[in-house]
Amino acid sequence: MIWPIDLAILTLVVIAGIGALMVKDLLGAAILFGAYSFMMCLLWSIMGAVDVAFTEASVGAGVSTVFFVAAVFRTSRRTKD
Amino acid sequence: MKIIGLIIVVVTGALLIYAAADFPAWSDPASPASTYLSPYFIEKTMEETSVPNIVTAVLADYRGFDTMFETTVIFSAGVVCFFLLRISRREEEEPETRYYRHVLTGVTIQLKEGYKIPPSADFERIDAVWTPPDLIIKTGCRILIPFIQLFALYVIAHGHHSPGGGFQGGVILGASVILFAISHDLRTAVRRMSEKLIGILCAVGVSIYAGTGALCLLLKQNFLDYSALAGVLHVDPITARSHGILMVEIGVGIAVLATMIWIYNNISSAGRYRQGL
Repeated sequence: MIWPIDLAILTLVVIAGIGALMVKDLLGAAILFGAYSFMMCLLWSIMGAVDVAFTEASVGAGVSTVFFVAAVFRTSRRTKD
Repeated sequence: MKIIGLIIVVVTGALLIYAAADFPAWSDPASPASTYLSPYFIEKTMEETSVPNIVTAVLADYRGFDTMFETTVIFSAGVVCFFLLRISRREEEEPETRYYRHVLTGVTIQLKEGYKIPPSADFERIDAVWTPPDLIIKTGCRILIPFIQLFALYVIAHGHHSPGGGFQGGVILGASVILFAISHDLRTAVRRMSEKLIGILCAVGVSIYAGTGALCLLLKQNFLDYSALAGVLHVDPITARSHGILMVEIGVGIAVLATMIWIYNNISSAGRYRQGL
């Protein structure tokens, strides 16, 4: 593991996670969640778990983002809290 | 309520971080997992299953029972989405107004009180808010989709040697069809791949997996012990395990592919199967 890259990606993971929780616009939250998944994918591949990284990239960053966007599109875009 | 939730989250998070300190260090050779389990897989996988990618061998062979129910979980996710969201035609307000578009001239026809045109190549049924798909996006996706699908098939078939397998390949295959549905519209995608076909494929995928296991049972071996297939496939038991892994991976791929499209169709159209995203 190269620690500066590891640290940078971990920081971005935390920022994306907190951002997805805090942001009022649910579409933005879906996109931030996609970014979170992509960072997790990078983290898995740094740790040598390429299979998990592959799954995370295709399921987490790819299809589940589409599902979230579709769900936001069919419900409301703003959260109440 | 919000404060109580925050307290619970903070306490749980603190406990988890406290417990994580007890974990063995990353890539610690003396940790319990690395002392007997990992060396066994690293040393024996190649000679027992002839699969170079240990992850695939563990996932589909040594832990095959676990993966079978993972596939079942995905199958039930698709079924649950269907039962929760799908609105059958009978429950809707009839008689509905239908819109048709003449493909060659682009003339739109409105038919009231449930009249319909029999399905033909000249007319396609469209939604009330139909917009023509953008030419650039449509053509771009049309060029991209075959390559995505080819890559997905490669991922499924090459899971023995490189990262990948049924789950990833199935998701990529499903994503290519979802891309088609986004770039055109949902109606066109459903016309290409009907709801019935998706439902059947979903069940067929799980059945291939469970059927491979049951076939081993019929050939007087344990459930999911693929070496029993040696007689059927005319290979030695070690290669039979490798081929058995490929068979279940194909099953997983089909199930995941169908489930992804099913969930997308139901979510993006709120169960009406009209306009998608």
